[in-house]
Amino acid sequence: MAFALTPERENELQDILTRYPTRMAATIPLLHLCQDQNGWVSEEVIQFVSQKLDVPPAHVQGVVTFYTLFNQKPVGKHQVWVCRTLPCALRGAGDVIAQCEKKLGIHVGETTKDGKVTLRTAECLASCGTAPMMQVDKDYHENLTPERIDAILTRLQES
Amino acid sequence: MLRRTDYLTKVYALGHSLEVYERQVQGYQAARKVLLTMTREHVVDEAKKANIRGRGGAGFPMGIKWSFMRPHPTKPAYLVINADEGEPGTHKDRTLMELNPHSIIEGCIIGCYAIGANVAYIYVRDELHLSKERLWGAIKEARAKGYLGKTPFGKNYPIEVHVHTGAGAYICGEETSLLNSLEGRRGEPRLKPPFPAQAGAFGCPTTVNNLETIATVPAAFMLGCENYSKLSALHHIGDGGVRLYGINGHVKKPCVVELAVGPTINELIYDIGGGILGDKPLMCVIPGGSSTPLLRADEVVNAPDEKSPLHAWHGKSVMDVPLGVDTMRGVGTMLGTCCITVMAEGTDPVLAMLNLMQFYHHESCGQCTPCREGSAWLDRTVQKLYDGQGTTDDIALLADLANNIMGNTLCAFGEGTAMPALAFLKKYRKEFEAYATGARTKAQARLTVD
Ligand SMILES: Cc1cc2nc3c(=O)[nH]c(=O)nc-3n(C[C@H](O)[C@H](O)[C@H](O)COP(=O)(O)O)c2cc1C
Ligand code: SF4
Ligand code: FES
Repeated sequence: MAFALTPERENELQDILTRYPTRMAATIPLLHLCQDQNGWVSEEVIQFVSQKLDVPPAHVQGVVTFYTLFNQKPVGKHQVWVCRTLPCALRGAGDVIAQCEKKLGIHVGETTKDGKVTLRTAECLASCGTAPMMQVDKDYHENLTPERIDAILTRLQES
Repeated sequence: MLRRTDYLTKVYALGHSLEVYERQVQGYQAARKVLLTMTREHVVDEAKKANIRGRGGAGFPMGIKWSFMRPHPTKPAYLVINADEGEPGTHKDRTLMELNPHSIIEGCIIGCYAIGANVAYIYVRDELHLSKERLWGAIKEARAKGYLGKTPFGKNYPIEVHVHTGAGAYICGEETSLLNSLEGRRGEPRLKPPFPAQAGAFGCPTTVNNLETIATVPAAFMLGCENYSKLSALHHIGDGGVRLYGINGHVKKPCVVELAVGPTINELIYDIGGGILGDKPLMCVIPGGSSTPLLRADEVVNAPDEKSPLHAWHGKSVMDVPLGVDTMRGVGTMLGTCCITVMAEGTDPVLAMLNLMQFYHHESCGQCTPCREGSAWLDRTVQKLYDGQGTTDDIALLADLANNIMGNTLCAFGEGTAMPALAFLKKYRKEFEAYATGARTKAQARLTVD
């Protein structure tokens, strides 16, 4: 099925295009818009972006595979990213990851059976001074404690 | 010497609106003055006097970088602001975007004018949603007031500022990779030359400044650039002004703080950071992001030569040397991003190195063989030692791998991987050997303080 943006997102794209001297420059912003709507970057999304911006599908494909945040396959409804890099690890990121795996019953890189949560580790998210931390969808959760992690995950499970 | 200042951070507790910025810190007065009373050349000459060393890690003098920009007969110029903030251990730029976004917009106005650009792009890593929101909000407010747009402050010099986002790649913090990413391409670093000042964004003359670098510009012009520089304890060696310092890892009070340039690591840890967790002794510090080689607590300055800029600290602890671009180079490391990662005694250096090598392995863009293969082998070989499967030959292999990266890659990511690896190997040789002989095992390895 062909992919198309919602009218609001289409308007946003028109706004984005005014910012750059080339259409290609909108590749990443447009992919974000598409992924926001679709959850992941499907073959249809790649075709859509390619046509919208007059760039070859191979170009779009190359961009998608380069950047970590573009999902190349469907993911859960919520994204949990736990920072694993050294400054967070010095303050207990290892325990945070273990607690998430246990509570969700999955390993890092997996999605819960009900499709609600995908758990992944992230590299330094610029919050080392408020470690340990994790990102859930678009929100940062910092200075994590076992109680807070439990509450956050429970909320996701019940969503 | 520790001296708290609040040029950038005064509004942190007061609010991020334009109204607060104007009322509390005379916001936009500097940009107004620059646009209405100064020529481009004059702005660049003034800026040089501020001695603002790039806050992105390399410490290049900002004014000199601006002076590389020459008007092109047919092409426009661009200002690109690097807010990719991905260097492990770095958490300062984010606070500016969230809590003082107008200082960035005002800095962009002055920067655009100084380099002859009409458009600035602020490249923010995608994960920082609140930062992007605050920046767009500030842009909107500034436009509504007529500070951005066709005639900022009534001057016939159009300036627009846009926020552009990445999509999760540390390498996009490297300036030429960032430019490729801005153009909608894979974030692979470009061969230099040409340098961005000759052919940067969209093939046009471009200046890339770190986000804090540009945010500090309005304060410099408000005070007068030379006065601003003199705030620093290192003004006399061309390292001026004030900076944000981050403190993370095993301290009681991790934070971001604004200080006059030149505090010591000990001051950051004990006077600002509240000391070490559990009052443990210090083991080592990574001074400015994971790509800067660590300093051990027991290292002393070796500068017997009276002409050495570090001679005054000869025989003293490296933790008592003022943090500056050249002073840190003098003690064999780099200042980097001014965010220190503190490790208490008892931290396992092999596990710490493994954590970082996993990072570099994951983030190498793969264009150069020594970096792509080297980072993968470094990761695998430290893992092997950590798992108790390694021998002393593997320690030698690690050093070979790192040395083979040095000088053989397209961008500084290579050195940023190899230098910290070599520092771990050299400075914690005994611990690596203990893993190789089985005297130490991962069962005891810890990164946290209990
Ligand atoms: C691998 C790598 C990652 C980098 N990441 C960043 C970054 O996240 N933010 C930044 O400002 N500079 C980063 N830099 C430095 C930039 O290439 C560039 O020097 C800097 O943005 C210039 O700004 P400044 O002179 O104001 O410091 C990175 C460099 C390398 C080699
Ligand atoms: S040094 Fe590494 S990160 Fe830099 S261009 Fe080469 S492969 Fe890519
Ligand atoms: S290491 Fe986790 S936010 Fe920096």
